[in-house]
Amino acid sequence: MKKYDRVGRRIAFAAAGPAIALVAAVALTSVVLLVSGKNPFEPYTVMFEQATFSDIQVLILNDAAGYYIGGLAVAIGFRMNLFNIGVEGQYRLAAMVTAVVGANVALPAALQLPMLILVAMLTGAFWAGIAGILKVTRGVSEVVSTIMLNSIATSVIGYFTLPSVFGVQVGNNKTTGEMAESGWFPGIDMGAAGEVYGFVFVAVALGIAYWVILNRTRFGFDLRATGASESAAAASGVDAKRMVFTAMLISGAVAGLAGMPILLGDTHTYSLSFPTSLGFTCITIALLGRNGPVGIAFAALLISWLDNASAELDYVGYDTEIAVIMQGLIVIAVVVSYEAVRRWRLRAQQRMVGEELAAGHTKPTAPGDPGDDDTEKEVAAR
Amino acid sequence: MALAGITKRFPGVVANHDIHLSVHKGTVHALVGENGAGKSTLMKILYGMQKPDEGTIEVDGTQVTFAGPADAIDRGIGMVHQHFMLADNLTVLENVVLGSEKLAGIGARARRRIAEISERYGLGVRPDALVEDLGVADRQRVEILKVLYRGATTLILDEPTAVLVPQEVDALFDNLRELKAEGLSVIFISHKLGEVLSVADHITVIRRGTTVGTVVPAETTTRRLAELMVGSELPTPETAESTVTDKPVIQVEELRLTADGGRPVLDDISFTIHEGEILGLAGVEGNGQTELIDALIGLDKADSGVIRLAGDDITDRATRHRREQGIGYIPEDRHRHGLLLEAPLWENRILGHVTEKPNTRGKRGIWLDPSAAQADTRRIVEAYDVRTPGIDVPAASLSGGNQQKLIVGREMTHKPRFLIAAHPTRGVDVGAQAQIWDQIREARREGLGVLLISADLDELIGLSDTLRVIYRGRLVADADPGSITPEELGSAMTGAASGHLVADDTDESAPDAPGKEGA
Repeated sequence: MKKYDRVGRRIAFAAAGPAIALVAAVALTSVVLLVSGKNPFEPYTVMFEQATFSDIQVLILNDAAGYYIGGLAVAIGFRMNLFNIGVEGQYRLAAMVTAVVGANVALPAALQLPMLILVAMLTGAFWAGIAGILKVTRGVSEVVSTIMLNSIATSVIGYFTLPSVFGVQVGNNKTTGEMAESGWFPGIDMGAAGEVYGFVFVAVALGIAYWVILNRTRFGFDLRATGASESAAAASGVDAKRMVFTAMLISGAVAGLAGMPILLGDTHTYSLSFPTSLGFTCITIALLGRNGPVGIAFAALLISWLDNASAELDYVGYDTEIAVIMQGLIVIAVVVSYEAVRRWRLRAQQRMVGEELAAGHTKPTAPGDPGDDDTEKEVAAR
Repeated sequence: MALAGITKRFPGVVANHDIHLSVHKGTVHALVGENGAGKSTLMKILYGMQKPDEGTIEVDGTQVTFAGPADAIDRGIGMVHQHFMLADNLTVLENVVLGSEKLAGIGARARRRIAEISERYGLGVRPDALVEDLGVADRQRVEILKVLYRGATTLILDEPTAVLVPQEVDALFDNLRELKAEGLSVIFISHKLGEVLSVADHITVIRRGTTVGTVVPAETTTRRLAELMVGSELPTPETAESTVTDKPVIQVEELRLTADGGRPVLDDISFTIHEGEILGLAGVEGNGQTELIDALIGLDKADSGVIRLAGDDITDRATRHRREQGIGYIPEDRHRHGLLLEAPLWENRILGHVTEKPNTRGKRGIWLDPSAAQADTRRIVEAYDVRTPGIDVPAASLSGGNQQKLIVGREMTHKPRFLIAAHPTRGVDVGAQAQIWDQIREARREGLGVLLISADLDELIGLSDTLRVIYRGRLVADADPGSITPEELGSAMTGAASGHLVADDTDESAPDAPGKEGA
């Protein structure tokens, strides 16, 4: 009974942060709508309605796959207090390199796909590893270096996609040429609704792996310990520098996969129209999902829904930017409400421990505790 | 000022229980008690920082309730914190008027008032000195002046002597006598019994959260006070028979470490601890103990020197290797180095031993074994009497003593060969203290070597087989715990004595001990 109670409480606490944040974000968005003289509720009904159409559902799911993988990449860093803002550069660079390799190498699908995935991971890890090395050897903040590396990635991509290098001009779009068909990741045909990327399932598998590694392996424990208290982790035998570097590499490798759902499942080429700024959105997603694999999944679906359903707003006289405003408000609300809930929860737990101990105070103190009887004697004597 | 029946409950502990205290005008009233006895809580209640759950506070015969320190200040109560609350980059004048600009402005009037207060109580404060240029004792006088400036008639001093050297302590006591003579009352919180006896008019002893008696210095002794503090049965840390063997478990040779400014932090440290031996290291905090611990556990690398664990050179080995090879660690700051505060107890049980059974399984120990770790945590909670409703609560929700018991249980479970025990009973209640001592003695019988670092000299002397004194990064003296007294040890800790310390009554045979003098 008591156990059940506690589980319920834990779920309530876990849900409280996101719930408060979302309610606040919706409320504030409505205020924005009101101020601009618009109906503060209609956009939501429009967007909810969109979510009932199967073709939109497929779009939401497909986009969510990339968001989810990117969110995991950010979360790995967050779990040990590393702020990998470079997911943006890592996934784009990885997508471009993979596209180039895929266009120029043609192995059988059984080899081609693993090879491409490996290339993407290595590229992402390499790009993040630069920031990792700088932090470990020179103490450069990963925030600064990854932001810089994002810019550099843009330039590198610009160079590689030049027609004189690997680029292929298609109309007025610069692409990297079409990838060999053996490197197309098979999807699930949903008929008129479109095709669900096969990479959606890879994303799910990554989420499971993320949970298992963090919670069930030694490495994961060390990583979480470092994030929770660097000094305690160091005293417990974690090599902090190696941990920082390893975590950056893994975060980058996962980030490298974030562009794969769309690259291997849809575009099959890297071009000027390849989606950008996914890496920044993923920071929101990791925050909103509280760095947990399930939370990130909900967050990825939510953001993907906002993205895909907001397109319709244009047709009924609202600005699609409402969704962008809402995403921004979610970030702010999340940061505030999570910290509030964290403190509130810690206090509640302390109180609970106090209450339970007070309730069980009749329990005789352990033998070998001479102080207790004496206290009573002294008090009585006074 | 009078307190009656004050009770304050906190999560996990009743911090104060039925406290009675009355402080008269023009007296110094000392409040003594062990670490964790509830002195700090009581003081916070007095100063309005905490609200009592029960009981009444009277000031000058009228019952009051404090909503915050501001109310307490209005009632003429002022507090001098142990950790000074001064802005280093401001002058004394600016620090004093900060927050009380309404009293006398920030200009000439304030300066006059400061000079007047400084003069009247003999504080000797220079209003225009920058606080960052002042020494500890001067800063403390600024704190006192700050409180007086705000019109305090009752001063609370929280362990004011902890940061002072003996001469400064004397000067402080002179100041306190001045205050007393002017009709102010002082509440003096301390656990240094000698000082308390010399300065206080009344002494109230607080133990396990309650006041157990009030005495006047003339009618008591340090021994009697100590007994009141810990209960009638003084648990003695004494180790009965020697278990020291000739097998070295840890050997440290010529360890040196230089701070950034070129100041030596560890200077030619050499010692050997054998199986079954407890080496007690005495020293005023900040004389190199932390650096020595860090070098031993592998958190910091010494500039030169060799560390051997059971004959193996571990000087360049990582912390994890050292811990796997059997170095146990009870850290001096358990929040920083011993626990993940927001993680559940069972995860804290894994901390530091993540590569060892029962926490991991599989051939190379890659996989965690949460259920085994949880089961073992339950065992530790039971065996070490950790007061907690369960093993899923975060470590932060336990009281300090229970956190410490968990850490001791964790380290002892892994049967270390060498244990670094830094203040193993700090903040722990008397019963648990005896229990921790028993655990250490037990393991010592089985061949554990221990480096014991403690500010509690009785604990050091009672538990150790060998005593060393560290002063400014050097091991300056050694002593036989069988005959040395805390006072003699104390004088070596301040650098007043060095060499081999011998008890006074056998002193004549050791005239060659350089620098040895009576405390």
